Amino acid sequence: MKLRLAALVAAAMMAAAPAMADLVVPNLSYRTGPYGANGNQYADGFNDYFTLLNERDGGIGGQKIQVPECETAYNTEKGVECYESTKGQGALVYNPFSTGITYQLIPKASTDKIPLYTPGYGRTSSKNGKVFEWVFNAPANYWDGASVIVKHLLDVNGGKLDGKKIALVYHNSAFGKEPIRTLQELGKKHGFTLTEIPVDPAAAQEQKSQWLQIRREKPDYVILYGWGVMNQAAIQEAANVKYPMENLIGIWWAGGEVDVEPAGAAANGYKSVNFNGAGTSYPYYEQLKQHVIDPGKASGGGAHVGKAMYSRGMYAALVIAEAIKKAQELSGTPNVTPAQVRDGFEALDISEARMTELGLPGFGQPIKITCDNHGGTGMARMQQWDAAAKEWKSISDFIEPDQEILTPLIAADSEAYAKENGITPRTCS
Amino acid sequence: MLYREAGDFKTSYRDDSQTFPLRLDRWGYYLILAVAFLVIPFVITDYWANSVLVPFLIYAIAALGLNILVGYAGQVSLGTGGFMAVGAYATYKLSTAFPEVSMLVHILIAGAITAVVGVVFGLPSLRIKGFYLAVATLAAQFFLVWLFNKVPWFYNYSASGQITAPERTFLGYFITGPQTSAAAKYMVCLVFAVAVAWIARNLTRGTAGRKWMAIRDMDIAAEIIGVNPLQAKISAFAVSSFFIGIAGALFFAVYLGAAEVGESFGINKSFLVLFMVIIGGLGSIFGSFAGAAFLVLLPVLLKNVLVGGLGWPTDLAAHFELMIVGALIVFFLIVEPHGLAQLWRLTKEKLRLWPFPH
Repeated sequence: MKLRLAALVAAAMMAAAPAMADLVVPNLSYRTGPYGANGNQYADGFNDYFTLLNERDGGIGGQKIQVPECETAYNTEKGVECYESTKGQGALVYNPFSTGITYQLIPKASTDKIPLYTPGYGRTSSKNGKVFEWVFNAPANYWDGASVIVKHLLDVNGGKLDGKKIALVYHNSAFGKEPIRTLQELGKKHGFTLTEIPVDPAAAQEQKSQWLQIRREKPDYVILYGWGVMNQAAIQEAANVKYPMENLIGIWWAGGEVDVEPAGAAANGYKSVNFNGAGTSYPYYEQLKQHVIDPGKASGGGAHVGKAMYSRGMYAALVIAEAIKKAQELSGTPNVTPAQVRDGFEALDISEARMTELGLPGFGQPIKITCDNHGGTGMARMQQWDAAAKEWKSISDFIEPDQEILTPLIAADSEAYAKENGITPRTCS
Repeated sequence: MLYREAGDFKTSYRDDSQTFPLRLDRWGYYLILAVAFLVIPFVITDYWANSVLVPFLIYAIAALGLNILVGYAGQVSLGTGGFMAVGAYATYKLSTAFPEVSMLVHILIAGAITAVVGVVFGLPSLRIKGFYLAVATLAAQFFLVWLFNKVPWFYNYSASGQITAPERTFLGYFITGPQTSAAAKYMVCLVFAVAVAWIARNLTRGTAGRKWMAIRDMDIAAEIIGVNPLQAKISAFAVSSFFIGIAGALFFAVYLGAAEVGESFGINKSFLVLFMVIIGGLGSIFGSFAGAAFLVLLPVLLKNVLVGGLGWPTDLAAHFELMIVGALIVFFLIVEPHGLAQLWRLTKEKLRLWPFPH
């Protein structure tokens, strides 16, 4: 029986390893489990963008793009399995779509010399390209998000947060813990006090005690760093304890339609940051409809087109495609290697004019990556949920984060990483 | 015809009580060891190491540890994930505090630290039994995860609470860190797994194991015939936690390279290892390996067949995988409630009689 099992495994592996000259961009997705509702949309957006390129332009630079999908269920062990199984197919870049898996893959991918692209998640200090040569996290990271939220609160309060109480309700994992240090520093600068309220991922749907604490302590604002079912539960519980919705502000991962819809009208006025546009009003979607949706090639049947998470997945695919294009230009060959894609990322410059050309005017901020700055400017917009219209309304322009606080923090954290792992930071000319 | 005792003469008590009394079994055992040590390291790829063999060996060690406690000593434990976390965090703290000491020594010390923690949480077993003990160990699970989340000293005050294994070498080869080769990872885990299995086998057929089994079968009777329950239960907790600690240390340092306590060592891990022990067979060394193989390899195999072979969408495959694994667990437990080890035992009995069954 063991022999037969081994033979079956071997046969399955042979079948699973196609060898081809296409550009391979694996999609480490999760469509199952407690994060599946959000993961589904993101993965669809990611797939659809590459399908459009394949259908309309015949790929990038005449090379078709393969997007093998692998289910991680937001679980690090499965993520490692997915990484190893797609690595052999010639993967050019990874977008692991999970902070935990990213932490796992940063040293591995750096040794294997495959770039990682972690927009809006992952290790914040990988913005420092001198230490993290193979990791890119433009256009924004968790600390940027925290700082933009605080800036928005400063705007709302006439530039002063003295004596205010802010509570951070966070997913008790690497993701949720990331902003704590930044918020503490910002608290010192602006004089607000921070209460940290962790929510255990395993029991993310039970937040009664956390929200009772909020009702008792009455913080002026609550910042939500949640993901998956935790967001829905948090917004519902906030409504249950009658917490004013406009004072509850989520990170971009707590800013999808699936997060607010279960609470119905009670979620009206809930705010979140976002670094990408949403909705189908962009010219891009006409192209998508013509080449992908109407011929029935949309990932997941096109059910989520234009949603906030879908748009973010599409945005990630767009940046990767632009980086591959840049790599092709730099190297002069359409058949690029992971190392050339890394160079492409480092020379990436997506201007507003280019976004308009792609049919997405005003969708995102200009992205310019350099050797020492892999994170871009880190700007983000505030959006607010309109429960009656069932859509996100943008309520601010792009806000720049407080780099005065963030730069030293990033330098300190990346230096600690370099020291721990014996990396000598490279010099950038 | 081939598989029987006839002609295999034993001339000493030592021969008589050996682990594999049949010649064919012995050869099979040596053959498997030879292949594991001399063939696989030379042909192993990154995928086979990181997705199949390394997790299998590590879970086998954890299952062996838990099997000693649950299968041999009869003390139900749901704290496996927490004890693995102790092993992982102990390795992390030791290896960052004493970088000059070999990682392998740290892994062993981490096992010892876990043994001490296991004994502390095992103390209630002297007063409470069965389901109540399960609840007490469940408390250990939650307490330990909470502790490693709450106290920043354990993760060296890193911003995200993640622990990352530093790069260490042994005899010039990397054994932890991203530059570790597939063969090195596999060999480290294999050496530990074989050693642990060998120790477990010899402990369980000696005095210690007989005491554990006496306590498991009827503790009052055991006490009357002179088995000290304090000593037996505490030693079971200590040995079991030692193995589980080693598994946790390897899981973090060799396999994942970075870990986060809630995700890597949560309650799910406790259940997973418990299921391995139950499906593999309570009170069986082979069963620990079989259970680990069943729950580690089957999902990977199914994923490769359904997604890679048949080209199904990943979400459909993931759902089917859960259903198939679940259905197989139910099927196996109905057909053979004593686990895969009992199936193996029955097969061997039948083979012995073949071709003249009576």
